[in-house]
Amino acid sequence: MPKIKVPKSAPSLDMTPMVDLAFLLVTFFMLTAKFRNMEPVEAEPPSATSEIQLPEKVMLVTVDKEGRVFFDISGKKIREYTLGHLMQRYPTMQLTQTQIDNFVNMGTFGQSVANLPKYLTADNDMKEQMDKLTKGIPTDSLDNQLSAWILDGYQGFLDDANEQGLTTEDLKDKKNGLSYAIKADAETEYAKVKKVVDTFRDNSIYQFNMVTNLKGSEAPDAKVNGDQ
Amino acid sequence: MAEIVDGGGGGGKHGKKTAKKGSARIDMTPMVDLAFLLLTFFVLAATLAKPKAMEIIYPKEAKDDDTKTKLNKDLATTILLGEKENEVYYYKGFFKPDSTVLELSNFSKDGIRKMLLDRNRSIIEAVNALKTRYNNKEMSKEEYQEQFGDLTGADEAPFVIVKTIPETKYKNVINAVDELEICNVRKRAIQDMAESEAIAVRQRTAELGL
Repeated sequence: MPKIKVPKSAPSLDMTPMVDLAFLLVTFFMLTAKFRNMEPVEAEPPSATSEIQLPEKVMLVTVDKEGRVFFDISGKKIREYTLGHLMQRYPTMQLTQTQIDNFVNMGTFGQSVANLPKYLTADNDMKEQMDKLTKGIPTDSLDNQLSAWILDGYQGFLDDANEQGLTTEDLKDKKNGLSYAIKADAETEYAKVKKVVDTFRDNSIYQFNMVTNLKGSEAPDAKVNGDQ
Repeated sequence: MAEIVDGGGGGGKHGKKTAKKGSARIDMTPMVDLAFLLLTFFVLAATLAKPKAMEIIYPKEAKDDDTKTKLNKDLATTILLGEKENEVYYYKGFFKPDSTVLELSNFSKDGIRKMLLDRNRSIIEAVNALKTRYNNKEMSKEEYQEQFGDLTGADEAPFVIVKTIPETKYKNVINAVDELEICNVRKRAIQDMAESEAIAVRQRTAELGL
């Protein structure tokens, strides 16, 4: 009987293409990933069925559980112009170039104008401390600094749009225009959110994107009727 | 395993290859492991952090009492949101402090949604039929939006007012608006609760022992 020849070499598979592909994907994801700035405030938005994406160009006001108000606006140029306008409005606040750079690269913040210069020079520990202690951006009618940020944010956005050569017609297109988003914690009292909304409305802004979690992406809220 | 096989040594001075016979192999397993670990991380991180948003348009005037006069009694529904999460009530038509009974409800699919659907069946069915036709590409987007606006903005379309007190949880407001969105109710408003209604809510809560 003829002998069956067993091949001596160990069975092996050339994995090179797979590895190539893996690295290609790794590189792609690493390069496209945008790291979120450290957020100084925790706000877990409520869930809803809406599937609208949050727009790219956005002015975001965050309201946390205690009703503290935080402000953020996207785009480095826009941030720079915004701060410029705000410094004209509050001449007592004069910032160094380093502080301006810090502001431009920062994310959400919730400091009053008086505390902002100190916040912009603080190190990380100090910042954390200030975030914990802050009462947020003042929204009371005597000194509504949120209103100032909203106005100057819009001005900053317009400056940036002018620089890019966009006309008023272009800005009507949703893609180019500035959107306004409010991200509030699910447990926040509605009056606190309404105060922010009313501040926007005083500045003739009526349309908002309320940031939500997609329903189903987390465990459904089972205690609607359960506990009292 | 993935490996690099040395293609053979360079020629020596004497023209004869003297390099060792065994090929230089690098074990790439750890590197591949790492690559896939990173890949998994970035894939997961990239898809999880996408915030969604819900559009809400507030009216220009802070106080619009004239909407009340325009309301058709048979079409109006008011949702009252109290302080506690389960204080979700509704009443139909106008509020009469003596006779209006607040119905307890919730945000499950048998709650507010069922009530709205039962109440406005004809319009909701028409909207759903419109959506199906649009999804089957029987009409353009402009046509769809126009007809959708006509249907949901028609005189006989339902009108819902969500009323809140200052202590109402934001979550409940969003839940209520979400239900309206699901039921295609476009004629809607978020308002502050009148004092008489707030009293009624407190009474009803005490009555039900919530």
